[in-house]
Amino acid sequence: MQQIRNFSIIAHIDHGKSTLADRLIQATIMVPERLRRDQMLDTMDLERERGITIKSNTITLPYVAADGQEYALNLIDTPGHVDFSYEVSRALASCEGVLLLVDASQGVEAQTLANLYLALEHDLAIIPVINKIDLPQADIPGTKEQIRRELGLDPESAVLCSAKEGIGITEVLEAIVRRIPPPRGSPEEPLRALIFDAQYDSFRGTVVSLRLFDGEVRPGDVIRLMSTRATYKVEEVGLFGLSRQPAARLRAGQVGYLIAGIKQVSDTRIGDTITLDARPAAAPLPGFKEVKPVVFASIYPVSNDDYPALADALEKYKLNDASLVYQKDSSAALGQGFRCGFLGLLHLEIVQERLAREFGQSLIMTVPGVRYEFTLTDGTTLAVDNPQHYPDPVKIKETREPYIRASIIIPERYVGAVMKLCLERRGVNPHFINPSPGRVELRYDLPLAEVIIDFYDKLKSVTQGYGSFDYELIGYRPSDLVKLDILLNGEKVDALSMIVHRERAREWAVRVCERLKEEIPRQQFKIAIQGAIGGKVIARETISAFRKDVTAKCYGGDVTRKRKLLERQKEGKKRLKMVGSVTIPQSAFVAVLKTKNE
Amino acid sequence: MSEGNTEKEKEGAQGPAPGLYVHVPFCRGKCPYCGFHSSTDLTLVPPWLAALEEEAGRYREAFPAFDTLYLGGGTPSLLSLGDLERLLAFVRRLFAFAPGSEITLEANPDDLTPDKLRGYRELGITRLSLGVQSLEDRELRFLGRRHTAAQAEWALNAALTAGFAAVAVDLIYGLPGQSLLTWESTLNRLLAYRPQHLSCYQLTAEAGTILMARLEQGEFALPGEEDGLAFFLFTSEFLGDQGYCHYEVSNFARGQENISRHNRKYWQHVPYLGLGPAAHSFAEGRRWWNQADLTAYLKALARGETPVAGREVLTPEQLRLEALLLGFRTRFGVEVGLLLAAPNGQENLARLRETGLVELSDGLAIPTREGLAVADRLPELFLE
Ligand SMILES: Nc1nc2c(ncn2[C@@H]2O[C@H](COP(=O)(O)OP(=O)(O)OP(=O)(O)O)[C@@H](O)[C@H]2O)c(=O)[nH]1
Ligand code: SF4
Ligand SMILES: [Mg+2]
Repeated sequence: MQQIRNFSIIAHIDHGKSTLADRLIQATIMVPERLRRDQMLDTMDLERERGITIKSNTITLPYVAADGQEYALNLIDTPGHVDFSYEVSRALASCEGVLLLVDASQGVEAQTLANLYLALEHDLAIIPVINKIDLPQADIPGTKEQIRRELGLDPESAVLCSAKEGIGITEVLEAIVRRIPPPRGSPEEPLRALIFDAQYDSFRGTVVSLRLFDGEVRPGDVIRLMSTRATYKVEEVGLFGLSRQPAARLRAGQVGYLIAGIKQVSDTRIGDTITLDARPAAAPLPGFKEVKPVVFASIYPVSNDDYPALADALEKYKLNDASLVYQKDSSAALGQGFRCGFLGLLHLEIVQERLAREFGQSLIMTVPGVRYEFTLTDGTTLAVDNPQHYPDPVKIKETREPYIRASIIIPERYVGAVMKLCLERRGVNPHFINPSPGRVELRYDLPLAEVIIDFYDKLKSVTQGYGSFDYELIGYRPSDLVKLDILLNGEKVDALSMIVHRERAREWAVRVCERLKEEIPRQQFKIAIQGAIGGKVIARETISAFRKDVTAKCYGGDVTRKRKLLERQKEGKKRLKMVGSVTIPQSAFVAVLKTKNE
Repeated sequence: MSEGNTEKEKEGAQGPAPGLYVHVPFCRGKCPYCGFHSSTDLTLVPPWLAALEEEAGRYREAFPAFDTLYLGGGTPSLLSLGDLERLLAFVRRLFAFAPGSEITLEANPDDLTPDKLRGYRELGITRLSLGVQSLEDRELRFLGRRHTAAQAEWALNAALTAGFAAVAVDLIYGLPGQSLLTWESTLNRLLAYRPQHLSCYQLTAEAGTILMARLEQGEFALPGEEDGLAFFLFTSEFLGDQGYCHYEVSNFARGQENISRHNRKYWQHVPYLGLGPAAHSFAEGRRWWNQADLTAYLKALARGETPVAGREVLTPEQLRLEALLLGFRTRFGVEVGLLLAAPNGQENLARLRETGLVELSDGLAIPTREGLAVADRLPELFLE
């Protein structure tokens, strides 16, 4: 156990974690030619397409240190984007130390700090690593100064490296061995292993990723999942190499995987403790903090028949993405679905994309919203993240919404355009910081709700792609909110209701009505589209009925063709949603989100 | 129905009598708006007649007595009286016809002569369907027709005095540049002859036609939805005032007794047998159709094979869908029970009545004028 080191690489996005992981891997094991590529641990297609890490990844590296001893280094590469911070916090629960990377050209950034706090919470040894020292604009003294001032760490303890050029890699490895303590715990105690991740495999059942704190486990043992009390017989345990490497056993201090034919998806809970059925531990490990989602949206299967398949996919998906929160939801228009909570917009996008790619689920997603707070006249407070649960307006005393502090870095010439955008989005409290000549960092306090829909796209378009955008939540502020309903021929389309600021309600209502007018095909009857607050209509559009639609001739041969057309329509009908007498194509629910091409 | 099985067909004898259609796949030239398969090679008439006889033989005794015969095309009037006589002879030899059967022949004005008309009468043709299309020379040229307005009027007059039980006239409206006024004047001139039956088709550019190609080139434009509707409603009202009942989207009869007995079978799922290339047949919930191409049709029969190119057995639901799509195109309507079988049937039927697209009578949902104008959109309200 003295020869084990468990550590994570943490940093702000793009500071080079995955690239450093590549160097550490190459310095310790032979990587076959076909596997050699940049950011080797980013194995998901989505990660490669977007050039970011989405999921934490573990690999065990054998390393013979300067002291002549062989060590097993369990490296966990983590994502840097704030939306995936739950991946980081779970990874840290398996570690005794971290490499805290700082990009020498960017310095300390929001997630550097946030991730440092996470590491401190877990009482971990922290090794600051200054990366990208090869860059001409690398500012080592400046970065050291930030490490001292902003992180409160000893700048002289920082290791200098260039992950890209392979400079300082041995120093990093030696620092891991010398400065991160070996795991504590005892192989003789009853087994206590923390499930920090999992993946469903249709052949082998759930493959769980574990950190063993006490005891040991081998194939043939009967394990018990402590929270669900389910028991299974272990089929295989092993370590994470470039692929899974089966081993004879896993012991206290190690990080590895376990396969026990766990076919019941719900038996596995991320954060649960595994023990042995014959000799159970007295108490489980503390597990993980609950995730606090900030962006909410409902998802529905395209066809109602697919609800069970969606439920099944979500359950399996959640094994591999513990930061997704969901519960049942239902809508008169869309049927049975789920209300989901996400850690941010990118997370929302990734969930949608992964459900499609990995589980073949095509979804209808409603307009994303945030969680609002209400103080009612009777003094109680209420958190509402689903417009369907909007309280009775006469009972509302005060409404509050979450704000963020946005940091927008742009070339100076775009300041005017970006300020205009922020004002439109109810931004307040602007600050300017000049990080370098010609560049400006603009800070604004913005309602989160204004940012989650097409803010980033707008920003990119007004800055011609030069704007970078980052944000942190800064808490709730009072706000004048209303519930906007959309009606078709007088019937509410519940899935299109949203909570908006009073001043923005009309604009939204007009936008949604216009978009629906474009998306809903003409029908046999006239369709009135209305946006309303309470009973008051604030926007309307009309779709006129068909007036002439009939082919001139219909004789022998035309009948089959016409009938087939009808049969196809009947098939397609499953994908259409009905509100009262109006059929709405699913595309309409997606279209209300899209910005109009101006 | 495949050839030669009989047991079930005999039950059909209790229902309305079936109809017989014979497709004459020859034309003098190709009209630019026409999507039909037709040949201009008249040397193929004798082999076609032979093949037809061969095909007819295969259905001998498969159907009870027909009460209509429809010679359609193509251009049946291109056939010489001799060829026509031969055709009718074997048809009458192979099949039984009820007394008083309706025997229709489609004719183009440019083919008609007094002799031919007399011949048709002698051969027992009871109904002549004249492809007049327009009484404006400019429009006839646009349509690529090979007759003039004067020829058409001569043919009309001659046909009406030749002693047919009924003369039907085909017209096309909604041509580029046509106004309601010019259309009204065409109708007025035509109505002076008081034909028993009128088909007024709105011009449509069908895929693969020369008309479509020219439309896509932007050479002209066809009326949009609103104008199309104006033409449609005007035609219906105008002819209604003149005593013609609008009984199908494009068909008008001077009194119920002049409704095309044969075409009505298509719209009401009454059995019919179609002979010749591209002909469709329907009986006992089954439909089948022949090779559309004349050469393929001839080849199949020459080899002693069936010319049938495809067939389908309709499920009860398919029959229901067809009853909807056919019924909403005619004033014969749809049985309300078929509509209520759909999940929102009751509701949608009520809305169709409220909006004046459909009226109820004797357990039938009958499309109004406005309803006929959107007939293609009505069945989809009653899908299961
Ligand atoms: N010049 C230079 N570029 C580097 C260095 N390390 C990483 N990079 C580049 O920085 C970019 C981001 O590197 P990644 O390793 O993907 O960064 P990351 O921290 O894993 O990013 P996330 O996982 O998305 O948070 C890539 O283009 C790397 O090539 C370095 O030492 N020098
Ligand atoms: S419209 Fe009649 S005459 Fe003209 S090509 Fe078609 S079938 Fe022949
Ligand atoms: Mg990465």
